[in-house]
Amino acid sequence: MNPAPSIVFFTTASGAGYGLLFWLGLLRPLGLVPGSQGFGLTALGLALVLITAGLLSSTAHLGNPQRAWRAVSQWRSSWLSREGVAALGTYVPAVLFGLGLLADLPGLTAAMGLLAAAGAVATVYCTGMIYASLKPIKEWRHPLVVPGYLLLGAFSGAALLAMLGGFWGDGAVPAVLALLAGIAALVVKNAYWGAIDQAPPVATAESATSLGFIGKVRPLEPPHTETNYLLREMGFRIARKHAEKLRLLALAAGFGAPAALCAFALLVGGGMGAAALTLGAVLALGGLLVERWLMFAEATHTVTLYYHGS
Amino acid sequence: MTCLPAPGAKKLGLVIDLDTCVGCQACATNCKEWNTSGHSAPLPDFKPYAAGQEGVWFNRVHSFEAGEGEAGRTVHFPRSCLHCETPDCVTVCPTGASYKRAEDGIVLVNHDTCIGCGLCAWACPYGAREMDDDQGVMKKCTLCIDRIYNENIPEAQRQPACVLTCPTKARHFGDLGDPDSAVSRLVAERGGQPLMPELGYNPVNRYLPPRKKALPPNAPVEDAPTPMDIRNPLLRWMDRVLSR
Repeated sequence: MNPAPSIVFFTTASGAGYGLLFWLGLLRPLGLVPGSQGFGLTALGLALVLITAGLLSSTAHLGNPQRAWRAVSQWRSSWLSREGVAALGTYVPAVLFGLGLLADLPGLTAAMGLLAAAGAVATVYCTGMIYASLKPIKEWRHPLVVPGYLLLGAFSGAALLAMLGGFWGDGAVPAVLALLAGIAALVVKNAYWGAIDQAPPVATAESATSLGFIGKVRPLEPPHTETNYLLREMGFRIARKHAEKLRLLALAAGFGAPAALCAFALLVGGGMGAAALTLGAVLALGGLLVERWLMFAEATHTVTLYYHGS
Repeated sequence: MTCLPAPGAKKLGLVIDLDTCVGCQACATNCKEWNTSGHSAPLPDFKPYAAGQEGVWFNRVHSFEAGEGEAGRTVHFPRSCLHCETPDCVTVCPTGASYKRAEDGIVLVNHDTCIGCGLCAWACPYGAREMDDDQGVMKKCTLCIDRIYNENIPEAQRQPACVLTCPTKARHFGDLGDPDSAVSRLVAERGGQPLMPELGYNPVNRYLPPRKKALPPNAPVEDAPTPMDIRNPLLRWMDRVLSR
């Protein structure tokens, strides 16, 4: 599948933004992050900027962005529509959460923080389900896709919250969470990549053409000599060796290194710790961009059976 | 509304005969010709007279090789929307632009509400949907909805453009929900097949398999020459004399 930059950026930025909103809404009422108004508003502001930038970027790949409002209408059947409803709905408790912080109303802040956290989970779950519900793409149908989206959102959000916590002198709890989520991300993505390499195809050139009764089917002449929308969008292929290197890069630099930096920050604390947490957050977001690019580039669509035979 | 309607009795679709299709591309060409000014008009072409030309087509004719050696076949294979009974391209649509008609099962796109997100094309295993990058909306086979119900053209022509134009009559149009229709009988007789049934989209269109190849006939026996094969009268006389 074609890794459109707008969608790669959208799922990375919004995922991190919802992760940050989730942890802030959950940990602040529990008193596990700095309680100052400045910290709360900064973290919430960063979360909303990431979420909004991602959502706006996602409309960039639409053929008719001015009609995007129509996309909230079909929540009964469409995961994309449900994602839109959840994303817009989450703004309500998130904004009230911010008002609670501004007006210093602990009750409202706690209630809205928890609601915003729930909305963040729902939105990222819907994002994962958009991909997991597509039957023609075996790499996206996999049961680890939705947990992967949730886990990576939680990981990048915790890394960002730990960074901000470091600036305010106490990023310990989010740093522990980022450390654990980073290790979990490493394990889950590694298992996912291993699984999709082994997964049998969802269909074959034989079943796609109904000609299997004759024998092995292979393309002889394509219907057109130039490219087309199907080949650009669904026929995107990258060299296997790049995929291997990029997987390693995402695992080591994107998940492993931030986890190690969080552990380092927990040990040293102070200014050095804050610097380590900042570097960790930047690496986590960079690693996620690589992981998301692979998520698309490695995905294979059954329409390529007609063109490539595999 | 992108929820699927309750399954109707009528299932309009195509039956394509892979035995007689010669891969001439007439169906694809006439499809483009009709539909570029029909329900989904226009079907854009980019750089039509230069290198890198591409455009929107509802029908693409592939050619495949199947099997090995003597048993192997070259099969021409037209690919278009199969008007599935349970099409995910409809249910994934976030705006309701993609829909399946309850009355005849035809899958269509409302180009006034499509946002061009492309998710329906991802959800279609058969590559039946192509983006019109000019209008920013998705386009697909309409089963020539503007022909089959069109009272302004003679009744005999109220068929999809691809079916009418096929020079080998490899394409048939009709109601596959009616077991007594001509297309249903054809499917029953010839063992018509669905494509990628394992994905569960329940396509309506059927493909008739190539017939079994006839066994190679015995090597021709050379006839012994008769006296009448000898044209020259002198040689014919000699042959008669020497044959005694």
